Amino acid sequence: MGNFDQVSLLLLVLVPLAGAALAMFLPKDRPRDAWQFAIFVAVVCFVLSVIVFLRYDYGAGGVQMVRAYDWIGHPVNITLHFGLNGIGAPLVLLNGIVLLGAVLISQTITRRTRDFFVLLLALGAGVFGVFVVRDLFFLFFFYELAVLPMYLLIGVWGSSTDFGSFLRTKEYGAMKLMLMLVAGSILIWVGILALYVASSQAGDPTFNIDKLAALQQSGAVSRLTQMWVFPFFALGFGVLAGLWPFHTWSPDGHVAAPTGVSMLHAGVLMKLGAFGIIQVGMILAPQGAEVWMPVLIGLGTVNVIYGAISALSQNDLKYVIGYSSVSHMGYVLMGIATLHPVGLAGAVLQMFSHGIMTALMFAMVGAIYERAHIRDSMILNGLIKRMGTTTFFFAIAGLASLGLPGLSGFIAEFMVFTGAFRTYLPLAVLGVIGAAITAVYILRLLARSFFGEGDPQWDHLTDASPVEKGVGAAFVLILIAVGVWPAPLLRVINTGVESALAAF
Amino acid sequence: MPIDYTANLHLLTPEFVLTALAFLVFTVDLFLPESRKEWLAGLSVVSLVAVMVVAILMRPSGSVELYGGLIVVDSFGLFFKIFFLAIGVGIIALSVEYGRDRFEYRGEFYGLLLFSILGMNLMAMSRELLTAYIALELLSFSLYVMVAYGLREARSNEAGIKYIIIGALSSAIMLYGLSNIYAALGTTFFAGIAEELMLPGTVSPVLWVGVALLVVGLGFKLSAVPFHMWAPDAYEGAPLPVTAYLAIGSKAAAFALTLRLFAEAIVPAVDRWDEWQLVIAVLAAITMLLGNLVALAQRNLKRLMAYSSIGHVGYALSGVAVLGSDFALAAKSVVFYLVVYAVTNLVVFAGVTAYYNRTGQDNIADLAGLADRQPFVAATIAIGLFSLAGLPIFAGFTAKFYLFAAVADGGFLWLAGVAIFASLISLYYYLQVLRQMYIERPANPDHAADEHGSPEDHGEVHGHGDHEEAPVAPMPRPSLLLTATMGAGLLVVVWLGIYPAPLLGLIDAASAAIVPLG
Repeated sequence: MGNFDQVSLLLLVLVPLAGAALAMFLPKDRPRDAWQFAIFVAVVCFVLSVIVFLRYDYGAGGVQMVRAYDWIGHPVNITLHFGLNGIGAPLVLLNGIVLLGAVLISQTITRRTRDFFVLLLALGAGVFGVFVVRDLFFLFFFYELAVLPMYLLIGVWGSSTDFGSFLRTKEYGAMKLMLMLVAGSILIWVGILALYVASSQAGDPTFNIDKLAALQQSGAVSRLTQMWVFPFFALGFGVLAGLWPFHTWSPDGHVAAPTGVSMLHAGVLMKLGAFGIIQVGMILAPQGAEVWMPVLIGLGTVNVIYGAISALSQNDLKYVIGYSSVSHMGYVLMGIATLHPVGLAGAVLQMFSHGIMTALMFAMVGAIYERAHIRDSMILNGLIKRMGTTTFFFAIAGLASLGLPGLSGFIAEFMVFTGAFRTYLPLAVLGVIGAAITAVYILRLLARSFFGEGDPQWDHLTDASPVEKGVGAAFVLILIAVGVWPAPLLRVINTGVESALAAF
Repeated sequence: MPIDYTANLHLLTPEFVLTALAFLVFTVDLFLPESRKEWLAGLSVVSLVAVMVVAILMRPSGSVELYGGLIVVDSFGLFFKIFFLAIGVGIIALSVEYGRDRFEYRGEFYGLLLFSILGMNLMAMSRELLTAYIALELLSFSLYVMVAYGLREARSNEAGIKYIIIGALSSAIMLYGLSNIYAALGTTFFAGIAEELMLPGTVSPVLWVGVALLVVGLGFKLSAVPFHMWAPDAYEGAPLPVTAYLAIGSKAAAFALTLRLFAEAIVPAVDRWDEWQLVIAVLAAITMLLGNLVALAQRNLKRLMAYSSIGHVGYALSGVAVLGSDFALAAKSVVFYLVVYAVTNLVVFAGVTAYYNRTGQDNIADLAGLADRQPFVAATIAIGLFSLAGLPIFAGFTAKFYLFAAVADGGFLWLAGVAIFASLISLYYYLQVLRQMYIERPANPDHAADEHGSPEDHGEVHGHGDHEEAPVAPMPRPSLLLTATMGAGLLVVVWLGIYPAPLLGLIDAASAAIVPLG
């Protein structure tokens, strides 16, 4: 296995990329072949991600499975430098799981299927890439690669929403998402260049994260630079993490996207943002982080409350989940901003837990929409009668989302609150109130649309297909497993958290 | 010391060969029947490749001056020569099918193209202002004719007239600038200017006027804002391959000249005189902002590409502004950017030409539904535009990152920030083109109603189903030559995006030849 460790991270990126490239040559008019090919690639990615996660030695900690390839040498010194830390490892696993689930669920894509999977796999490659590289150039490269396919994925295969008085078209959602995310990456790019300039002035121009971190510790990156660079990273990555008030792309984008893309996007892509804040912002500009964290936790708390209240007032099932994602990403941001080991570990666990549960919710809502052609929770009712399994899976995900003990969400949120109570007590209290609102909208939604008397107009609905049931069952099992036995994840996360907080 | 004007003359063999071949093309044209004019395209490509081979075989080691220092043969010039010749091959590939239907005198077109390449080669080799000026005029005069080549098109003729008037004006301005520089410094040699500048007290108002007018003249050729107003009209009116040539060739040549001029005449004295950096930086900033902002309002593809290329000139100029700090890095990043920009634009224009040859349309809205009608053409244009917008895994991302890193490193972090912001603006209009090709449906009278009509339709559509069967007018396949050009271009765009190291190595060697000694 020693040799495998040398190339495992490279494979994680190459397999989906090569899959995307090969898929271009599939016949155009055989959607099923394209789907099966994508499943094959996604299964390989999933297996790789599991192996990589298991091979990560939490006892040793630090950055593992390191492998660097020269890319552009002097004078800018960019290397294709792979390496995984304890925060990246669980997220790699998450991406492996959600990517496979999203590909499976996308069975229903029958138009330009081949192109769809080309873009979806490219997106998957980008996400893997961000989690496993140690060079800012490539981190940004993969970050943009993950954002790039979204415009077409939503614009071509998405759906528009009619609000009666106005129409939210898929083109609008796609363009808004794309422009806001790329606007965020302007800040990231400038921040990266600023760090590069600092390293260049110190005589060792580099984009390498480890070298830049060492440089920072030696005092070569001035406090002033860190002070202005950190908000650039926090806002830039924060846009993708759904940071209030730059979250508005997220509900519109998620709703407009086809099911599989919503799953990946809310499930994994938003985590890139939070990951970036930790991996780049906190590690490379800790002095700036220390100063700005109170602001970030304030915004994170607004996220929690604002997202929850917005979800409360939505009728469209997908918008409810979209705003609930904004709310839950708020916990992640709060956890990060505590700069407390328990809070930060909770944030990372929340990323994993939210990734699974939100993907599950989008998958189930997709299944309902596929059959009922409507997502309005005021019109849908009594779904349990015809779609029992779907209801069951959605309910479990909902319960995880409101923090029911025994499911993954509880532990994650509990840890975030523990961290926050020790650092910012009043905001932690507000966070708990947010969790209470979550319970209101989730339970109300369940009561209104899923349980109760069913309208005869829904009698024609059929329950989830075997593929959907399989994906749902697997995701539910993961939610429960992490809920009752989080140790395998947490011990890896804790090593990552330790090194991330070492600079403070 | 008397100067031996014939020393090392053999090193100019590639240029002599190119001139002879251009005349050969003109001569053969007289005897070829109309149906065989394609042979001239073949002959021109063979000539260009032959010149490339000759240039590589006859390269001297190190730099060798000719005509007493008017012209130099070095690795910088060689790199650009190969680059220009390759651009020429690409433009010919674009012209063959287009010219068959739309050029009156096809044979002469190829001859003119060869002459313009000769001009570009000399621009990259000149070490003296007047020689550079003459080379530039050789390029410009060929271009004036080529822009007006669509003989029965009023648009093209109008563009030609506008271009020649503005071009003549800018040449006059530039010439006056040169005379001022000569008045202030008493020399027109790049090295001589550098020597004079390094002496104390030589920066006089007359010199400032001279350099400013020179920059204005170059600005016209580069179509930098505020000297860009000819570009959109000329681009829109010119035949498509010529539009591509304007966007790629003439820009690259003007930058080759600019780079050598700054490297050898102005950068060596940067310790004494550095105010020009800020001037160029501001020029770059307004060029990229205005070019990209105005592009937002365009409806015509060629005009869009004109403004987009203005924006890209702004990025490349920002690299020129930092030549004074880390010269090697800045020069390298600008040259790399130019190559990537040229290849990417060639890809886009190949796609647009393929579309235009079959449909005769060049408005953005005409592209609607292209992804269903000709997926490869649509994908080619899409990838080209993604690369121009600076998205990975395409060459544009790598080139922009490299260039902006150099700009930031050179002390102009704000300029890098402006450039990155300008890229965001450009993404919007590139996405609009993508939207037409991939999301919109062709404007078909039968389906126009249900497409833009009732909202309940949108509420139901889930990306498949209702619209699936909507028939799309098929578009005939593009010609084999254009398909091959697009394919080759795409490969290079991806290759430079994921593995630019070999090309950067070549550029390293090329820019090493002009590293200022001071």
